[in-house]
Amino acid sequence: MSEVKTKTPISNSRIGDSAPRPDGIPKVKGTFAFSSDLWHEKMLWGGTLRSPYPAARINKLDITEALLIDGVHTVLTHSDVPGEAVYGLEHADQPVMAAEVVRYEGEPVAIVAADHPEIVRRALAAIKVEYEEMVPLTDPEIAESVGHIHPDGNVFRKINIRHGDQEIQGDIQVEGFYEVGMQDQAFLGPESGLAVPGEDGGVDLYVSTQWLHADQRQVASCLGLKEEDVRITLAGVGGAFGAREDLSLHVHLCMLAMRTNRPVKMIYSREESFHGHVHRHPAKMWYRHHADREGNLLRVEARVLLDGGAYASSSGAVIANAACFAAGPYRIPNANIEGIVVRTNNPPCGAMRGFGAVQTCMGHEAQMDKLAAVLNVDPVEIRLKNALKTGDQLLTGQIITGTAPVAEVIRTCAEHVPSYQKSSDLMSLPGGAGRTADPEHISRGEAIAVGFKNLMFSEGFDDFSSAVCHLEDGVATITCACAEVGQGFVTLAQQITREILGVEEVILAPAATETVGSAGSTSASRQTWMSGGAVQKACEEVRLKLLQRVTEEHEIGIDDLVLAEGQVLSLNGDFSISIDVATENPLEARVEYRHAPTFPLDENGQGDAHVSFAFAAHRAVVDVDPELGLVKVVELITSQDVGRLLNPVQAIGQLEGGAAQGVGLAVMEEVLVAEGNIRNASFTDYLIPTALDMPPVEVAAIIEQPEPGAPFGAKGIGEPPSISSTAAVVAAIREATNLELPRVPVRLTDIVSVEEPS
Amino acid sequence: MPAALILMPVTVARSLDHALAALEECPEAIILAGGTDVMVQVNRGSMPVDQVVAIGRIPELQGWSREGDWLHLGAGVTYSEMMGEEISSMVPALAQASRTVGSPQIRNAGTIGGNLGTSSPAGDTLPTLFALEAVLTIRSSTGVRKLPINQFIVGVKQNALQPGELIEKISVPVLEGPQEFCKIGPRNAMVISVASFTLLTDVKESQVRSCLGTVGPVPIRPTEAENLLSNGVNWEKNKVSSEVLEAFASLCADAAQPIDDHRGSAAYRRHAIKILSRRAACRIFSEDNS
Repeated sequence: MSEVKTKTPISNSRIGDSAPRPDGIPKVKGTFAFSSDLWHEKMLWGGTLRSPYPAARINKLDITEALLIDGVHTVLTHSDVPGEAVYGLEHADQPVMAAEVVRYEGEPVAIVAADHPEIVRRALAAIKVEYEEMVPLTDPEIAESVGHIHPDGNVFRKINIRHGDQEIQGDIQVEGFYEVGMQDQAFLGPESGLAVPGEDGGVDLYVSTQWLHADQRQVASCLGLKEEDVRITLAGVGGAFGAREDLSLHVHLCMLAMRTNRPVKMIYSREESFHGHVHRHPAKMWYRHHADREGNLLRVEARVLLDGGAYASSSGAVIANAACFAAGPYRIPNANIEGIVVRTNNPPCGAMRGFGAVQTCMGHEAQMDKLAAVLNVDPVEIRLKNALKTGDQLLTGQIITGTAPVAEVIRTCAEHVPSYQKSSDLMSLPGGAGRTADPEHISRGEAIAVGFKNLMFSEGFDDFSSAVCHLEDGVATITCACAEVGQGFVTLAQQITREILGVEEVILAPAATETVGSAGSTSASRQTWMSGGAVQKACEEVRLKLLQRVTEEHEIGIDDLVLAEGQVLSLNGDFSISIDVATENPLEARVEYRHAPTFPLDENGQGDAHVSFAFAAHRAVVDVDPELGLVKVVELITSQDVGRLLNPVQAIGQLEGGAAQGVGLAVMEEVLVAEGNIRNASFTDYLIPTALDMPPVEVAAIIEQPEPGAPFGAKGIGEPPSISSTAAVVAAIREATNLELPRVPVRLTDIVSVEEPS
Repeated sequence: MPAALILMPVTVARSLDHALAALEECPEAIILAGGTDVMVQVNRGSMPVDQVVAIGRIPELQGWSREGDWLHLGAGVTYSEMMGEEISSMVPALAQASRTVGSPQIRNAGTIGGNLGTSSPAGDTLPTLFALEAVLTIRSSTGVRKLPINQFIVGVKQNALQPGELIEKISVPVLEGPQEFCKIGPRNAMVISVASFTLLTDVKESQVRSCLGTVGPVPIRPTEAENLLSNGVNWEKNKVSSEVLEAFASLCADAAQPIDDHRGSAAYRRHAIKILSRRAACRIFSEDNS
């Protein structure tokens, strides 16, 4: 909500510089206002009653006692939803509040607004719900063949990719089943927001989100309002990673505010947050790779099954990615891939960093290692031999026209000499602070993995961003609805503006639906390209207008003028005017920016569905205590294809942070679900890497090959770090243990086989 | 503030007497020290809170003192304090156990009295306190009593503290000889114990003391194993045979009474005790293969 404004010396804040984050110091000092810090003098507190059952019929819902509690202002249920009863990112199938049935543990059933959070808690406890429990559908393998648990059926999407010869057999074949557990985004800032009723019958919502305009569309639909009557402003976001792409408390807050005619604030508890957002899809995968005796890949067969949980969210796009990138960044002339994502009574799954490519990377990289082992060749060599390059065809028939430095990321990563020193400190061995191992108990493993995914939205989606550049008195104001979720767009937008306009002071207006069109989602590694592109275009237009004005007013040829250091200068040095003076009368440009069009996949999964691709490789060194099953990731080495490096410090931050999430998925991060119930909805039991678990990330190489068509030649860099890191770590554990380890996260008992004597 | 919101009475005790008087008045009050266990339960809604007596600022519960071969730890001594040089030189295993608790923030707030009060099977200081046969001084407004730890902790999150009572201090012997504590969790720090093990030596008495954590409703002393190792060690040479080590580890594992839960299986826990007990013994005694 607060304006971000800095005066950074222009000399180190342009494109390619490690410009500091304008919100960096406030975040470190604790003065940055997150959505959970929102406050209004007259506000009420909201809360949500959730289903304790993953599948049940609601026979009776009685709110009378809750309404009688002093300090309770309203209690609302499904029958109070003014507009559409359901919402969804791609397909509206998720009830704002459950009506007749609940389909997952934690599904909202009723909402309350009261004077104080404690009264909210008591009111929620006073709501009487009679549930009739049903047997939950929790096995995704049978979802397709059993009775529907939702009117829209149990299959969200099925994709078949048939490419080339469907029958060809390789002399060498390797096969495997692989499994990926359910990861959580584990952001630190829980879902929170504040809705303020408008005097005009509309509503203002301040909320942490990844995509303001998609929220606006869905919220307006459920409220039965026109879109312009739902005004959404981005509140400080405490991490996202995909989990804020779907609505959570948005409609609830607005309903409570409009019913009570009071501002209403809501914050989810940590436990509630685990039930209140989507997770990464758990995957079951089967692969068979065919190769010739020289190790050239001939064909890949795969089946990828994702558990989408109770509602659609972005499952359709996730399975498309999982299928399209199922075989990794390799040249494979023939393929038969089946991807299917199904509905169950498990927690809903949707977007998370890597978006379908993380799961399949774990599978295809295990296959590449198996192939190398059968052929008795170096795992690096087999990858280099088959590495995709520009001009090659993907499994979808699409030809890669952009840059594809796959061999470069593999080679630089493999050749890097690690700086790691062996330590005898017990704390640095597997088991860490628990002091469980001595050096002689440890077995070391090392392995490499490579992965890729698409940048931006695919399959014909009209993907665009909007921006406004306003230049007045030498101060540039950029308005863009791009959600800053920590990725650093606020820094980059300033860098781009300074680069193009040569001004020092750049103000970023609040991201809001009222002032500018959609920026699209902060996901799919797309905002540097898309909103960066929009800001670039808006600034270029203002630059041109300024030059035209100076040309007209001072009779100098436009080609003789440049913008630098806050001045409009003639190349021969005879003329200069400060931009402050030249823009006393303001200049403005309002633009939309689109990437090159994409196209849907046909019935054989063929088509130019994607815009651009980014690649990364990881090499992991792990120490394993095979007798106890404990693992310490000692070092991660990475190389990444970035197109062009726009801000080195921010890029390294993405490489480190993404790798940490990959390490987490490899060795500890899993939402444990038993019979549809989450058993570890807390940071006590949902474990994410600590400083003792996360090794240093050594960047072997940042490959800069400017991407044609991309603003400044830069590719998005947020997701690749979390794709191959998991695969590399589990492969290194395999090397250390000689175990197959077909599943992540690797659990203690996957390494140690023990049985309790009966 | 609306009428419906009855504020929870909280006594922030300034002295031991103040706390005991508050507890006399309201014997069922929740005793809040560092809050690192209590607040998790309160926030989760799994601990009903009507009254609170906060004891974190009571001077008499802070600090420690040495009296001959005994170390008296105030109930308010934090994990961080136990990791300090002085306590860790007297009771190394307690310092090692304290280091495995949570994050630095948690260790700065959480207390030994709180670990005892919670009486969780996964309490990290408990195995070492059991092995030391710690004695608790428990006070109420009407008097004081002393209780050995194995009579204090009686079940899963169950202890002998009566309404109105407060743990004042914990007394442990200062033994001569090396000590080892190890703990397993699926993360390298900041993790709840899946299994833990403590092994202490008493060189003067030529004895070992040991205890298993998180593999039973309460910490378990593997007495057969302790006797076997005490008798099997060559105390002059600080050596022990491989056979004795194997037997010790097997007896420790046999003594475990683990359960399956979402943090680990019973079979893994028993296996872990076998490995940890052998490794701990090997760190203290040199293995004699001759």
